[in-house]
Amino acid sequence: MSPSLDVRPTRGLAFKLAVCILTSATIIFTAAFAYYYRSSKDMLLAAVRDNAQNLLRRAVSRLEAPLSAIERVPQFMALKLGQELPAPADLDRDLTDFLTANPDVFGAAAAFEPGVFHGLPRYSPYFCRKGEAVAQVGLGYEEYYELQNWYLVPKVLQKAVWSEPYFDESGGDIVMTTYSVPVMGQTPAGPAFLGVVTADVALDWLRKQVGRISLYNSGYAFLLSRSGVLLSHPDNRLVMRESIFSRAEQFGSAELRALGRRMIAGEEGFARLPDFILGKPAWVAFAPMRLTGWSMGVIVPEDELFAPLRKLGREVAILGGAGFTALLLVIAAIAAHITRPLSRLAATAAEIAHGNLDAPVPLAAGRDEVGALSRSFEQMRLALRDYIADLTATTKAKERLESELKIARNIQMSFLPKRFPPFPEITSFALHADLLPAREVGGDLYDFFLLGPGRLLFLVGDVSGKGVPAALFMAVTKTLIKGNAEQESDPAEILAKVNRELCVDNESMLFVTMFLAILDCDTGEMTFSNAGHNPPARLAPDGTVSWLALPRGLFLGVMEDAVYRTATVTLAPGEKIVAFTDGVTEAQNPAQELFGTDRLLTVLSKAASMPPEVLDAAVMQAATEYAEDAEQADDITVLTLLYRGSDPA
Amino acid sequence: MPKGDWRRLFAVALLSWCVLTATAGRCLGSQALKKASLIPQWEPQAQFAGYYVALAKGFYAAEGVDMTILRGGPGEPPSRLMAEGKAQFGTFFLATALLKRAEGLPLVNLAQFVPHSTQLLIAKKADGIEKPADLAGGKVSLWGPEFQLAARTFFKRYGLTVEPVPQGFTVDLFLRGGVAACSAMRYNEYHAILNAGLDPEELTVFDLGAHGLDLPEDGLYTLASVLAADPDLCRGVARASVRGWEYAFAHPEEALDIVMSHVSAAHLPTNRMHQKWMLESLRQAMTGPGDPLGTLTRLRYQAAAKALGAAGLAANAPSYEEFHVPLP
Repeated sequence: MSPSLDVRPTRGLAFKLAVCILTSATIIFTAAFAYYYRSSKDMLLAAVRDNAQNLLRRAVSRLEAPLSAIERVPQFMALKLGQELPAPADLDRDLTDFLTANPDVFGAAAAFEPGVFHGLPRYSPYFCRKGEAVAQVGLGYEEYYELQNWYLVPKVLQKAVWSEPYFDESGGDIVMTTYSVPVMGQTPAGPAFLGVVTADVALDWLRKQVGRISLYNSGYAFLLSRSGVLLSHPDNRLVMRESIFSRAEQFGSAELRALGRRMIAGEEGFARLPDFILGKPAWVAFAPMRLTGWSMGVIVPEDELFAPLRKLGREVAILGGAGFTALLLVIAAIAAHITRPLSRLAATAAEIAHGNLDAPVPLAAGRDEVGALSRSFEQMRLALRDYIADLTATTKAKERLESELKIARNIQMSFLPKRFPPFPEITSFALHADLLPAREVGGDLYDFFLLGPGRLLFLVGDVSGKGVPAALFMAVTKTLIKGNAEQESDPAEILAKVNRELCVDNESMLFVTMFLAILDCDTGEMTFSNAGHNPPARLAPDGTVSWLALPRGLFLGVMEDAVYRTATVTLAPGEKIVAFTDGVTEAQNPAQELFGTDRLLTVLSKAASMPPEVLDAAVMQAATEYAEDAEQADDITVLTLLYRGSDPA
Repeated sequence: MPKGDWRRLFAVALLSWCVLTATAGRCLGSQALKKASLIPQWEPQAQFAGYYVALAKGFYAAEGVDMTILRGGPGEPPSRLMAEGKAQFGTFFLATALLKRAEGLPLVNLAQFVPHSTQLLIAKKADGIEKPADLAGGKVSLWGPEFQLAARTFFKRYGLTVEPVPQGFTVDLFLRGGVAACSAMRYNEYHAILNAGLDPEELTVFDLGAHGLDLPEDGLYTLASVLAADPDLCRGVARASVRGWEYAFAHPEEALDIVMSHVSAAHLPTNRMHQKWMLESLRQAMTGPGDPLGTLTRLRYQAAAKALGAAGLAANAPSYEEFHVPLP
């Protein structure tokens, strides 16, 4: 048995099963979670965008409402002034009343082109709040107010404008914006610009309003003027000093500059903010204030934006982790449950493989495949045990039989003369015979003995059939020939007598073919008879091969009154007789082609000059080589007699 | 809106503080310090960095001058403050100084800092203005008479008739589309326009110095009477100012810190990036080859005087020697 069967698997089926399932589940879960997270992020961002923009729109309209209300009085006053210029006292009273009635307005002025107001070179009464009261205040730059934006811009554009916010230094760090309405008078040449009526709005409350707007914890709102200047920002140091573009320049951020351009262009949008603004990723929603041309933005830090999602993500990850652990345990348990009987089965199988067929196979209780496998395995074990028991018995019987056959063969072979040269003192002939038995006990035989001085009897025979009966028949035949040859000297007579005796009680209907010859050693005369045997070869001293013509004769043991005849030839000195059984000519190669007489003749021609034992060996070798590894079907027997001539001595 | 009151108050307060400190503190250390005041022609910004740096680094004191730099602005023209004796020194564009002199204020040039014109006319490409001819018939905002010289020469050269509109203290009118083009200094309004969201490639910029007159701009001036009374003081102030500029260009960040301290004190709506741009633009204008810092060459002076005369603005220009005090 191979030792590898004893090696226990280091990573069992349960482990592989758990790893495969868990890996697949992890990949699926991770992909699904990533998709979910991404989608949630996009949805959340969209929701935040909508939310922020709604918030912005509300804030913008809340900021614009009072500004919109403020616009009406200057518009009305400008219209009236365009129709008729009042006395200075009346104008002063109108401006004062305007301020008194509108607490949202910080200051108000009417300013005229030189010479327009009652011929005065310049006239620009200005009223503003001083604490609780309303007081007239000098503009401080009366000689060049035409160059101030609140005057110049409406004059050139010929329409009412909200100025860019500016610091009002006399009020002490108050940012204000001025709404200026041009006063258009009617002259014969058409409408003419007479001056402006203005209303100042302090942006303090506006900044407070904006400052209150926030999204999430650290998000904040800011306000940009139409040229990008920060009007409101949590960091007061930036207000009115820095613009979104100066910040962009400072940080070299083209992204921020592009955002600024979108904002001052009056776009509404939602954009990613460069990280340096908050020091972390953030988003900004922005919306325009149509009235003033400003833009409001709300900054939302991304970490706060996605904080709930991240929290949820963490929880899902923890849950997933716990789930996977549970899954691992369940899989491990199931796998162990499934594989435990398999392991036991494997152990039992190893034991059975070692030959212990009595080891009982543990039977799994379940009706599943493992149970079925266990039952099949048990059936297999039992069948195998029975089979091996049968096999053992059969093998023993066969061994016994073979042993007996072997003995029988040995006995059979012991009948044959084995000593060569058989008659060392006789020089007139040389004889050699060889029998190559087939696997089973066969029936070839040969024999030779002297019938008195100078007479040699030799024979080659072949018993039909195989096995012990053939061997016994052969032994009987040999004995009968020996017995009859002592009384008879005619080969035909010998065969006839032997035939008659063999026919008695030959119920098994075995028979023998035989070539039997008696050589007169002095004359070379050879008398011979034949009982259905194949003719021997005759090798002339010059090497010529011919077949010895045999008289007809039926094989021995079949017909009691069969007739045999004797023929005679005289051998020349140096001539050889090669008698053989059909085991030679009928030797088969693996293709089941016969060796045949032609090949035999060729071999005999080549070896004609050789001594008998060499010649026999050559024939044997040719036949066995021709058979290659095909099983030898029949005994092969070759007997060669060389007649040398009479002994000169 | 009322700016003047506060500003006057500030000037008076500053003056009295200076007087107090001068009498209380400085007298103890050095009795030789002479009091003097300098009025820049505009509000605190990097355009006057050299003077602020000279003051902060003690270069004036080193010359024996207890200098006070007054806060300039549209309401505080140097010509008026100097005529009233509230300031002994002031800064002017060369053309402005010649005009004021023609009007009777005997200004003397102590040092010329900007030898070139940095004046521009800026228009938007979106309005279809790509070349001078595109301005014809359009509104162009221009500063006062002494700053119009180059622009008017520019229009004359290209045979343009434009509608001049007074230009205020900002470029709002231009940004709101009130005018086709506006006047701008390269160191100031040009950057203000960029910082209002317009990109350089969206603008058409006409460099007046290249197109018309390359008139020298900022210089340091005093009155002939002050010069006559104390030439040492005047030369000391000029030397210290030159040193201040040199130091400012050598240490731009420190100079900016000093400028920004003045900007913050005046609550001006400007920022460091803008001042940085201004200082760098001035450095380029002031440190060109051929014009050592502080010098007014005879050639440039005569060209400017001739141009003003030709424009009918200042007919009787003084001689170069009479007008300019060479640096010691």
